[in-house]
Amino acid sequence: MYNVYLYIIVMALVTFAIRALPLTLIRGEIKSKRVRRFLYFVPYATLSAMTFPAILSATSNIRSAVAGLVVALILAVNRRGLLIVALGACLAVFIVESLPI
Amino acid sequence: MESNSQNFRRGIKDGMPICLGYLAVSFAFGIQAVQSGLTTFQATILSLINVTSAGQFAGLGVITAGGTLVEMAATQFIINLRYMLMSTAISQKLKDSVGIFPRLAIGFGMTDEIFAVSVGRAGYLSPYYSYGCVLVSVFGWTMGTFLGAFSGEILPQRLISALGVALYGMFIAIVVPVAVEEKSVLAVSLSAVILSSIFEYMPILNLVSSGFRIIIVTVVVAGVAAFVVPDDEGEKNV
Repeated sequence: MYNVYLYIIVMALVTFAIRALPLTLIRGEIKSKRVRRFLYFVPYATLSAMTFPAILSATSNIRSAVAGLVVALILAVNRRGLLIVALGACLAVFIVESLPI
Repeated sequence: MESNSQNFRRGIKDGMPICLGYLAVSFAFGIQAVQSGLTTFQATILSLINVTSAGQFAGLGVITAGGTLVEMAATQFIINLRYMLMSTAISQKLKDSVGIFPRLAIGFGMTDEIFAVSVGRAGYLSPYYSYGCVLVSVFGWTMGTFLGAFSGEILPQRLISALGVALYGMFIAIVVPVAVEEKSVLAVSLSAVILSSIFEYMPILNLVSSGFRIIIVTVVVAGVAAFVVPDDEGEKNV
């Protein structure tokens, strides 16, 4: 366990380096198709791994979490924007947790 | 040829919907940060200098678990690796005459959403457009974090619980539409879900901290996909 500010500074430096270095250094296109494909899949693998199963324990109980997950999936399949999907999931959780049963 | 101030204002205009979206999502981040033991000030500073959603979220996990700084750096590196690709793409849209400071500033504000509106600009990208866009977006992201961290404690539990899924909702909104279109992305997403569930529920494996779990799952799944997916797939958006 370190000082929280130390964590925050390490996070910011690494993130800034990743974002700024290609803009300042790389002048040409990445040639390796394999590397390009790997980078292309990275966000989808990361976001999926972070969402499930963590979402199941993100709310007060698993029932509301499943409701939020299902509503988010339905809205996303129907190509709603980030805001609508996020708020829809929140609303579903809120409604289920408000039910008297 | 648009003037610098026209580009700046256009950037602010395009940044408005991003700002609103960030307000809602970072509000949930602020709540979660405070629940993870950060102060309101720490959460706000974290958002101001990081400006990442997935990265910050995973970072909280590392802090809560008391992980090492190497673990933190590795987590951020892997999760934010996609920005390298985006920055590389944007570097092709900048005139050679654009100096080092504008390049660093554009890099600082490289998020999924800002990248999306930036690549949508016809011709060369004006740094002033990015300044406007980044300014309002980062304001929304930081302000939302502050409000969430500050007011999270006085909101009813049901509301906090509901906002807790906002980030996941956003992740789902990014992945699912592409997964529906491309089989390779669907396979990657499902593989990652299964592998991360195995890490969560299997004895011994569940001792791996959540930060490294995400790194392992990402490198394995994206790495395998890079080798097995046929050449003509998986880089349509690159």
